[in-house]
Amino acid sequence: MKRFMAFVKKEFLHIFRDYRTLIILFGIPAAQILIFGYAVRTDLTNAGIAILDNARDEVSAELTHKLEASEFFRIRYNLGSYEEIDPAFKQGKIKAAIIFPANLGASLAREGNASVSIIADGSEPNTANLVTAYTTAIINDYSSQLTRQVSQGMPVIIPEVRMYFNPNLESYFMFVPGVITLILILITALMTSVTIVREKEFGTMEVLLVSPLKPWQIIIGKVAPYFFLSLVNVIVILLMAWFVFGLPVRGSIALLIAGTMLYILLGLSIGIFVSSSVQKMENAIFISFLALMLPSLLLSGFIFPIENMPKIYDYVSMILPPRWFVEIIRSIMIKGAGFTYIWKETLILVVMTIFFMVLSARKFKVRLGEGER
Amino acid sequence: MEALEAYNITHRYGRVTALDDLSFTVGHGELFGFIGPDGAGKTTLFRIAATLIMPAGGRMILFGLNTVSRYRELRNHIGYMPGRFSLYTDLTVEENLNFYATIFGTTIKENYHLIEPIYRQIEPFKKRQAGRLSGGMKQKLALSCALIHKPRILILDEPTTGVDAVSRTEFWEMLTQLKGEGITIIVSTPYMDEALRCDRIALIQNGTLLGINTPDSIRHSYGKKLYAVTHPDRYRLLLALRSLIQALSPEPLSHSHEPRATDAPLSVSAFGLSPEPFGDSVHITIPESITSGEVVAALASSGLPGAEIREILPGIEDVFLELMKKEV
Repeated sequence: MKRFMAFVKKEFLHIFRDYRTLIILFGIPAAQILIFGYAVRTDLTNAGIAILDNARDEVSAELTHKLEASEFFRIRYNLGSYEEIDPAFKQGKIKAAIIFPANLGASLAREGNASVSIIADGSEPNTANLVTAYTTAIINDYSSQLTRQVSQGMPVIIPEVRMYFNPNLESYFMFVPGVITLILILITALMTSVTIVREKEFGTMEVLLVSPLKPWQIIIGKVAPYFFLSLVNVIVILLMAWFVFGLPVRGSIALLIAGTMLYILLGLSIGIFVSSSVQKMENAIFISFLALMLPSLLLSGFIFPIENMPKIYDYVSMILPPRWFVEIIRSIMIKGAGFTYIWKETLILVVMTIFFMVLSARKFKVRLGEGER
Repeated sequence: MEALEAYNITHRYGRVTALDDLSFTVGHGELFGFIGPDGAGKTTLFRIAATLIMPAGGRMILFGLNTVSRYRELRNHIGYMPGRFSLYTDLTVEENLNFYATIFGTTIKENYHLIEPIYRQIEPFKKRQAGRLSGGMKQKLALSCALIHKPRILILDEPTTGVDAVSRTEFWEMLTQLKGEGITIIVSTPYMDEALRCDRIALIQNGTLLGINTPDSIRHSYGKKLYAVTHPDRYRLLLALRSLIQALSPEPLSHSHEPRATDAPLSVSAFGLSPEPFGDSVHITIPESITSGEVVAALASSGLPGAEIREILPGIEDVFLELMKKEV
């Protein structure tokens, strides 16, 4: 035990002496939370739009006013003709142009309906979708008001939408669990594989192997500090999310921590597995990034919903631990779900952890491999 | 039972044979040196001794324990210093030593007497990170770390490569002291002058042992008189001596050599005649039938007057070069 503790202590010294490790450990999580929180917004604020008002009547004025009054849009231009639309888009200041037809109010009064054109900047599909959705919502709102005024006594169905768990559709509800998922896989798998491979590359593994330390002592000694630091990290992120964005954990904190520990354990065993397969630090970084970080970012359902992807990606994402963990952490944090709702995902993570642990234990050599000369 | 017994050790990396049928023994408390060029197989041999590699063929036994089957017990008794610096450069001198002491289940205090003569020299820098030590100090620290658990055998792979001359001398003085403590030491080095400090040396080339003997016996096994010839124009001197020797030798140099048991004492029986440059002189052996005066005269007549010649005691290099030539 004394030997083991000496090893853990040595590992902590490595971590705290290397400012790069510290940046990855604590700088990146904080930066990601703030970046995702403030910069990368999937909700809309102050998007520039242009209005081409050919009607110049009461209805168009009122609609323009409603668009402007919402915090979603800011009217950048009031255009005079169709020819001005293209340059306005090219300047990049507007995300959409709204065109009111010449006889908007008149046709509404006469025929009971009229159309408004929305041209969105399709070079940014996500924003374009948001802009059209918000614009449509505003126009619909206005038109249902009109309907109520006009058709007194006529039955009208008005949908009342409520976003469960996230009434204001705040995007940090999505990214805080996502960032935790990503950061954990980064710290655990990447950092542990690099730190073990570093011993091989610097030749210190040679000396460690000749010592009476048992392989498990070497491995556990190396990863234990990262287990601890990852937990600290999660707690820091949760506190940040709470204080900066006011996002509380709705479910049981104990359950959340337990799930997180399992996920950390899985990440560590993947890291150990990677380290037993490569000899150079670059390779460890490369594999961790390419095989873990990128797919986790794209396929975990953290940014892009898996349901919208072709079926094949759905299957691929199933072998990615983040997919299941995002589900767990989201359920606990946002929905306040109990264990009965996430036992399936938990079980999958347990199986994966055991799989990688057994695999690494089998691969770890008590001698030097062929590649090391 | 000897401290180390190697029987027919063979090892391959893919198709390359790194070690070919090596057999030798090292006695208790012996300072045993391996001399050979890069790629001769020294590192592989040492890794086998350190239980880090399983030999493809043959077996090695340290203190009666097989390096393959009993590696776990053996690892308590081995002090190993790999060829490249293998300590934690971001830890301080003291932290490194403490770490190695603890993982071997001991403390600095317990075995301080053993490392004292070495560690005392680096102790003033004990708060410095190991990566910022000089080459000589790094090696002293590495030796201290290899010694801290009082191993029965020290396996040192080229410990003085890249270290300045003064530190090298100090390092070898320490090894001699450690030998006095009864620790068996096997050490490899590319420096021939260091070989003289060993009890016995083994010459190794292309994965085979050219021979094993005490440094003195090896030097005397040269068996012929060796002369050092000096002249200001060393290049022309070398050329002139080569053509002179060729003219003197009745038959072309034979490239075959008689089979020799690996562990047999070294001897140079074939007539190695080729002159070899050494420092500012050229070393040469000449047949008994010619005197040194005749060589000087012959040189003068071929346009190199004023050459000096004197008989010298052969060095390890001379023997090694002769043996290498015969191997090829």
